[in-house]
Amino acid sequence: MELTGAEIFVECLKAEGVETIFGYPGGAVLFLYDELAKAEKRGEIRHILARHEQGAVHAAEGYAKSTDKPGVAIVTSGPGATNAVTGIADAYMDSVPLVVFTGQVPRYLIGNDAFQEVDIVGITRPCVKHNFLVTDVKDIAETIKKAFYIATTGRPGPVLIDIPKDITDTDAKCEFHYPESLEMRSYNPILKSRDSDIQKAVDMILNAERPIIYTGGGVIMSGASDELRHFTQNLNFPITNTLMGLGAYPATDKQFVGMLGMHGTYEANMSMHHSDLIIAIGARFDDRVTGNIEKFCPDAKIIHVDIDPASISKNIKVDCSIVGDVKPVLLELSKELKQRGAMPDQTALAAWWKRITAWQKYDCLKYSPSKDKIKAQYIVQKFWEISAGDSYVCSDVGQHQMWAAQFYKFDKPNRWINSGGLGTMGFGLPAAMGVQLAHPDADVACITGDGSIQMCIQELGTCQQYNLPLNIISLNNGYLGMVRQWQEFFYQKNYAMSYNEALPDFVKLAEAYGHVGLRIEKAADVEGALKEALDDKKRLYFLDFITEAEENVYPMIPAGAGLNEMKLL
Amino acid sequence: MKKEEQMRHVISILMENEAGALSRVAGLFSARGYNIESLTVAPTEDASLSRMTLVTRGCEEIIEQILKQLNKLIDVVNVCDISESDHIEREMMFIKVAANDMDCCAAIKRMVDIFRARIIDVRNKTFTIEVAGNRRKLDAFVSAIEDHKIIEIVRSGCIGIARGSNALKAQ
Ligand SMILES: Cc1ncc(C[n+]2csc(CCOP(=O)(O)OP(=O)(O)O)c2C)c(N)n1
Repeated sequence: MELTGAEIFVECLKAEGVETIFGYPGGAVLFLYDELAKAEKRGEIRHILARHEQGAVHAAEGYAKSTDKPGVAIVTSGPGATNAVTGIADAYMDSVPLVVFTGQVPRYLIGNDAFQEVDIVGITRPCVKHNFLVTDVKDIAETIKKAFYIATTGRPGPVLIDIPKDITDTDAKCEFHYPESLEMRSYNPILKSRDSDIQKAVDMILNAERPIIYTGGGVIMSGASDELRHFTQNLNFPITNTLMGLGAYPATDKQFVGMLGMHGTYEANMSMHHSDLIIAIGARFDDRVTGNIEKFCPDAKIIHVDIDPASISKNIKVDCSIVGDVKPVLLELSKELKQRGAMPDQTALAAWWKRITAWQKYDCLKYSPSKDKIKAQYIVQKFWEISAGDSYVCSDVGQHQMWAAQFYKFDKPNRWINSGGLGTMGFGLPAAMGVQLAHPDADVACITGDGSIQMCIQELGTCQQYNLPLNIISLNNGYLGMVRQWQEFFYQKNYAMSYNEALPDFVKLAEAYGHVGLRIEKAADVEGALKEALDDKKRLYFLDFITEAEENVYPMIPAGAGLNEMKLL
Repeated sequence: MKKEEQMRHVISILMENEAGALSRVAGLFSARGYNIESLTVAPTEDASLSRMTLVTRGCEEIIEQILKQLNKLIDVVNVCDISESDHIEREMMFIKVAANDMDCCAAIKRMVDIFRARIIDVRNKTFTIEVAGNRRKLDAFVSAIEDHKIIEIVRSGCIGIARGSNALKAQ
């Protein structure tokens, strides 16, 4: 049977098993929306109407990051497409599998500066894994197949498909056939690690005296937490996670030394710096992790496991590289270790643990307790306790993000959802919506700041429409806190434009959107408010915690310093 | 970066002959701050593939990253640094010079002969000369003819191919 482009679009989504699509309509996608609405009526696909295209894409990211499915979004041409760019760039930096559909003006108008025309394929080229402009109705199905394949395989990432309006209208029809499999001669994402690399890595592991395992988002994406736990516990090596990798290894386990990097723990950074072997797994030696590259881990040999060959030896030259998906690689490493039946020098390892324990004694995350003003750290700590460590936690960007990462101890993967690579303020609330939609019965929180929350505050409307009972935990310090902290440390306390003048009354704002708003100003009220919000599974709570205004995030590695040169409280 | 480490490399790229493929490569180089000395692109014996020759400079690590990043582009089918092994490079140049008097004409013709170039157009007291060869030969020709008034130079950029039976193919 011949179908229109719009009908084909819906059939393809169904074939890919898409249940939820996030979006915002407009002229160029009206035929697609016409069919989407019909599909929704038939109970096939649910469309979630965000209040801004950036929100739609972040929601799709939250959905993808908390599940093993890609996120899907649809926006109109021109401003719809440009509004989506921040979300797309965010997904690119954090390797989130997304398929984003943009409407385009009809083919005969492309290049004419037509109404709501932008070259979105050109605009997004540097921040997508791949993108397509479809120019024939006959190509829609295969392009969609390719997009899902590319987005979800290898190192995942966002793929954009730009569809001109005139190939979705009722005149252009073609036979529908969804390809079952794909051959792309230019894209071979399935890489099997080389046996010789595994051998070499195991040799290095067995010779280590001061080893550390350093893992990132790749472990979570690969679904390799169990394999990682087995590998790590078998060796009794210390392990640290990046900001993106939290939850891949249980944070409450005794071998976990905390997050590393700019606001990582003293013990994690010191262990890295003094190690003689780093086993990097699904992590990419980001500058926020390495500090000054010249001073990076002078004695360490490095094993690097990554699915993306381009990540290897990009920032830091490594001694042994294993290109492949983390999960099978970990299995092979464990298997080879078992076969050899050997273990690293246990006396040296015990001595190493002794040094690490001494660093841990410093208790680098300590903070002076809340007196008049509530300490943000205390709120996160209490939230972790009260939610039994089992909430999904999305965050925005700033001090609150670091406190969330430091004080919420993630024991499970896919629970911590934040914008690491791009550092996008405004990410938290829409991402939390995506998570809640994927996990309707779970507790989902958004830890945010008074600056960040205002960047996608309009999404409170979406939360109302779809009854999303999020717990918004606003750590309101009245400042763009992270900016203020840098200005305090490095700009002689010249707090240039970092004071949040004219904050709205967040309680009233939440109420205006039909939610519950609470302002909490006393430490004694923190627990009660958190409990109330967590107990109410039906309504969104906006908890506006008025916190210590000039609190700083410690420890901190200043720019240009090495991992052993942390600023401690 | 130290100067001596910045070796010249000739990279051959085989890619899907798709709209926008060229800008993906060009965009990659500008976004990551790699330099492009020259770049040529044209279809191959297989109409669905284009072949690009790109000349760049960089230290070993940078070249390794360039090759990896090129490989990562979805449209790229195969990549090879052909300057790593025995290869041939050629570049084509058109050079238009003023030929005002007989002496001048004779001198230019002499140079054309020496360099095995060809005069391909004579008009309004100008010669248009075609020269092919490697980059150094073309540079040498330009300096040899410098005494005359050079009106215009067009160079194609380098194309390259490996010697022997090695060929860049879809894997
Ligand atoms: C879209 C965007 N604009 C600017 C920044 C730079 N920036 C990083 S943190 C920060 C302050 C965030 O303030 P707030 O959300 O109140 O959080 P706090 O640091 O106070 O916890 C700013 C402006 C950014 N990360 N993202």
